[in-house]
Amino acid sequence: MSAPTREQIATARELLASLGEFGGHVKDDDVAHLEVHGNEVVGAHLVPGLRMDVEELDDGIEAWVRLERGARIAKPVHMCFGMLPEKGLQHIVMHVEAEEGSFASVQAHCTFPNATEITHKMDADIVIGPGATYEYFERHLHGADGGVIVVPKTRVRVHEGGRFKTEFELIKGMAGEIDFDYEVDCDAHSTLDMIARIIGRGRDRIRINETGHLNGEGATAVLQSHLALRDDAVAEIYNTLTASAPHARGHVDCKEVVQDNAVAKAVPVVEVSHPLAHVTHEAAIGSVDSKQLQTLMSRGLDEDAATDLIIEGLLG
Amino acid sequence: MGVLELRDVTLELGDRRVLNGLSIDFWEGHIHALIGPNGAGKSTLAGAIMGLPEYRHLTGEILLDGEPIQDQPVDERARRGITLAWQEPARFEGLRVDRFILAGAREKSRATVERVLGRVGLDPDKYAARAVDKTLSGGERKRVELASILAMEPRVVLMDEPDSGIDVEALTRIFDALADFKQRGATVIMITHSQEVLRHAEHAFLLCDGRIIDKGSVDRIDDYFGESCLSCDHTNDPTLSELVGVTE
Repeated sequence: MSAPTREQIATARELLASLGEFGGHVKDDDVAHLEVHGNEVVGAHLVPGLRMDVEELDDGIEAWVRLERGARIAKPVHMCFGMLPEKGLQHIVMHVEAEEGSFASVQAHCTFPNATEITHKMDADIVIGPGATYEYFERHLHGADGGVIVVPKTRVRVHEGGRFKTEFELIKGMAGEIDFDYEVDCDAHSTLDMIARIIGRGRDRIRINETGHLNGEGATAVLQSHLALRDDAVAEIYNTLTASAPHARGHVDCKEVVQDNAVAKAVPVVEVSHPLAHVTHEAAIGSVDSKQLQTLMSRGLDEDAATDLIIEGLLG
Repeated sequence: MGVLELRDVTLELGDRRVLNGLSIDFWEGHIHALIGPNGAGKSTLAGAIMGLPEYRHLTGEILLDGEPIQDQPVDERARRGITLAWQEPARFEGLRVDRFILAGAREKSRATVERVLGRVGLDPDKYAARAVDKTLSGGERKRVELASILAMEPRVVLMDEPDSGIDVEALTRIFDALADFKQRGATVIMITHSQEVLRHAEHAFLLCDGRIIDKGSVDRIDDYFGESCLSCDHTNDPTLSELVGVTE
């Protein structure tokens, strides 16, 4: 990757400024980072053990990220994807390989502060090597009017003893439309954590499809989706967890708080095909718990403030 | 005149009259106990004073500083200084102890969190960042709730069965907090059917079938409750009682 131009640096700064408190990471030399505006890499910095090649496409970028065997990236890797204009398409194609025994934690921020008609597509394939750990925390920061279609599709393979953890968070701004699709295959003694925390407002449309396959002995997984919906938002959550190996263990947890005219649907599917495997699930959809509400109101909070605090905890 | 007064308060739930023409003065800066058997209407009365929605359709008057509050919602009564410690405190998934405490605190600072947690015997370094959820024991949640009330610095504290489901250590801390409330001039109303809790009050009301059947010194009410109520064979039917000291 070549050094960014003055214009690219200015764009990167504007993009990072839109992240508010989350955009201050690029000053440190020991922090790897990548900033992509539309289809243009406007900032990047690597650290030893992390390799990254990026190719600019007509409507986005294609990136190859490799964590070298045994590399331990001490500080979180920051990635920022976004678009400052009101309209457009950003397509991110990402290939990630975490080689044996490596470790990295990625903090990805997706920002569309002025969006009225933007599509953000992500197609990722991720391979976690034996004993490697790859954590991917994705925070979306949208404008107040929605106008973003977010379509992340990810396929993951976690080899023996590996660990994959992903958290998807959209709490600030209106979601717009989200169609989230993750599918993960887990080998023996590997670990999977998939967490989604989303607040839907206005006329947001949210669809989450999380699937984990516990194929190897002793593999474990937790799929967790916590959503709060208000106004006319609609959400459908499909959590699927299959277990086909001895001592595979898994849990599916879906909680949705619904207010106003919002509509929520949760479909947890668990499939166990080995007698020594064990998978549990819980799904709860409802309004804010009245006892929690009354407790906070008996401390002087009005109903809206109490509701916000309860939801903050649920999604925190 | 008390800081909090009930005037002929009656409440019916379904076809049952659970509060029956109650008139009570709660004196400012005193620790009061409302004692009575299960089903006497004690917790309902606490909920009615707090203004919980299911108990709002009462008749009569509830006065704070002489002003009627029975039409005010819970949060407005709380902002005027009334609060409730629940018999079984709510669990809040993911909500941190410090956020919970500061939600209603008069002074919103880390120092407040440390002070009130320390007062109820919980180490702030260990508890402030924990969630107010099922990972806390019943006694710990009860102490966290009390800490949140200490931070709020209320004028009237309703404590519903403060000894319910907790260990000796937690109960000791709750009694310590009573001293704090008393020192600050707050009025405490403890709902209980425990004689141990009753003995920490300064003044007591005996409730049966939604009616006050006696009031007065803790010793006298304690004696009567121990001798007559605990072995009563007609619970919540006080018309059958040979009352020793009906004052209303």
